[in-house]
Amino acid sequence: MSETANVALDFRNIDILFDRSGRRGAIEAALARLDAGETREEISRALKVTVGVAGANLGVARGEISVLMGLSGSGKSTLLRAANRLNQPIRGEVRIGNGSAWLDIARCDGDTLRELRKTRIAMVFQQFGLLPWRSVRDNVGFGLELRGMAPSVRREIVEEKLALVGLSSWADAQVHELSGGMQQRVGLARAFATDADILLMDEPFSALDPLIRRKLQDELMDLQKRLKKTILFVSHDIDEALKIGSRITIMREGRIVQTGTPGDITLRPINDYVADFIRHMNPLPTILAAAFMRRFRDLPVRPDGLLDAGTIAIDQHAPTAHVADRGVVMRACGEWEPGAVCIVPTHMSLGEVIVMRQRSGFPVLVEEDGQLVGVCDDADIYQALSGERRRG
Amino acid sequence: MMAPEHWITAHKIPVGTAMAAVIDVVRHYGLGVFDAISDVVGACADGLTIMLLDIPPLLLVAVAIVGAWFLRRSWKLVALIALGLLFIINQGYWNETMATLSLILFSTLCCMVVGVPLGVVSAHRPRLAQVLHPILDLMQTLPTFVYLIPTLILFGLGTVPGMISTIIFAVPAPIRMTQMGIARVPRSLIEAGEAFGATERQILWKIELPAALPLIQAGLTQCIMLSLSMVVIAALVGAGGLGVPVVRALNTVQVDVGFESGFVIVLLAIMLDRLCRSKEPAQ
Repeated sequence: MSETANVALDFRNIDILFDRSGRRGAIEAALARLDAGETREEISRALKVTVGVAGANLGVARGEISVLMGLSGSGKSTLLRAANRLNQPIRGEVRIGNGSAWLDIARCDGDTLRELRKTRIAMVFQQFGLLPWRSVRDNVGFGLELRGMAPSVRREIVEEKLALVGLSSWADAQVHELSGGMQQRVGLARAFATDADILLMDEPFSALDPLIRRKLQDELMDLQKRLKKTILFVSHDIDEALKIGSRITIMREGRIVQTGTPGDITLRPINDYVADFIRHMNPLPTILAAAFMRRFRDLPVRPDGLLDAGTIAIDQHAPTAHVADRGVVMRACGEWEPGAVCIVPTHMSLGEVIVMRQRSGFPVLVEEDGQLVGVCDDADIYQALSGERRRG
Repeated sequence: MMAPEHWITAHKIPVGTAMAAVIDVVRHYGLGVFDAISDVVGACADGLTIMLLDIPPLLLVAVAIVGAWFLRRSWKLVALIALGLLFIINQGYWNETMATLSLILFSTLCCMVVGVPLGVVSAHRPRLAQVLHPILDLMQTLPTFVYLIPTLILFGLGTVPGMISTIIFAVPAPIRMTQMGIARVPRSLIEAGEAFGATERQILWKIELPAALPLIQAGLTQCIMLSLSMVVIAALVGAGGLGVPVVRALNTVQVDVGFESGFVIVLLAIMLDRLCRSKEPAQ
């Protein structure tokens, strides 16, 4: 949490507990046991207190999409909802930059909280949370209406946000006339309408069909390129998290297990739990050539000085490729032609590498900064597909 | 030797006398208040009846038809109202119908004014709902004649005790339905309001009440029907309206008058029910 200058939202030592017992002092007793190192189950059984989140520290940088990942009950939604105090943290601070100063959302007074919710932090819900008796237009304008903005002023903003999500022609429709995907676009437009800089998204696409879900993910990423919001996004889907997240936080039983970029998480899982998560992702779009290629330094050298990459041999110094002692043409994958060995950049995905391997009939070479650095052959591809990943 | 049950009978718990004493005290100290209520409520209800009777029946029928059209836009309903009202004129029960109508409208208005806010408050405070629940049960199950007696003592003969009894009988409906409606508003909608910075008042007016509207409307319809079922009992304590010919027919064993006024009451009930029922089923 050292890069404070660029942090828009900062969770510090957050504990969120829910008292199911109704007894006075139950929360305090639970905190004492939590500090003594007891587990969630023990505390829950002994005191009827649910530990939602324990000791969570997370900084969300301005303009990034930070994804909270975990199984159900891992506390990811609970932590998200602390950001606008739909859940009240028992201990810890939720700091939001307010001009030059910091403001603690967990402890500010009611008026300040409402002001933050109206202008700084908007939210998108899993079940959309639209008001079914209102038209699309009036749903999008809901936040502005709560601010007391006059209908005539509101209208223009609402039109603009509806155009943003591609629903201009549906402004006067009733919510129930829309499909699930369209309803969530209304939810997005409603969140954008207040021009809040922070967006909380609580599994916004989980209730949608897979096709629609992917479409909305793409749309969200397109919008994000233009709008540059700070987004905190909850998901239980590792593929979704790797696709849209610039930073991913894995949670388990109320605690943060690992925070990092998609690369950190996939290549350097901190423990078996995270590794297990990664094992269940779809590897084709997420694993990059850099992660599974064999580096030249690991290849055996033939007596004639060439690197032995199975069906082809590579002269690292020339640089040329040889098949059965005959030179073959090398082409970057954009200009590839039949008969040539394909060269791909390090950020090429596993799926794309497979396509080039299959088309060219040769192992695929990988270049970095204009230099050939590695090769992807069948063995490397199978290894990547089977989840046996190289680390480091 | 005295049998145990005789001992139990000999030591009667003074439930009845206690209630009588309470009513006595209330009457003694509250006479002015009850007289005032009696005067105001009586004047309003009777005033409404007189106003309705001042309008020529056919003009009122026309107004009802136009009103029904604008409210529901259904030819079937308009036909029902037109034929129903003409039938009432034909049978010669127009004046009684107007008296009953003003009694129902006025007591329903009172019920809604009291019931909806009470329902909202009790939905927000489960403790209050717990206290209210048995009281509402008591109001609806205690035989009507029983509380007719104290209302008679407190308010005297006439329209007012009939109306008060009607309100006591009918007001649980809007309270219960409003409470149920508000309590059933999905948590996610309220959170959507909170997340966008709504105040408690904004959540009530912009989320809870609109979401509960179908049930509140059902409460209104129920309230009207319950009020209508009280017209005969109200007539016993001197309220005017369609109950009067029923009571008279009962006393003089006139089958024809009994059925005539009975049919008119049923007809009125059907017309009011169709008018108030919500247009589309709640989602």
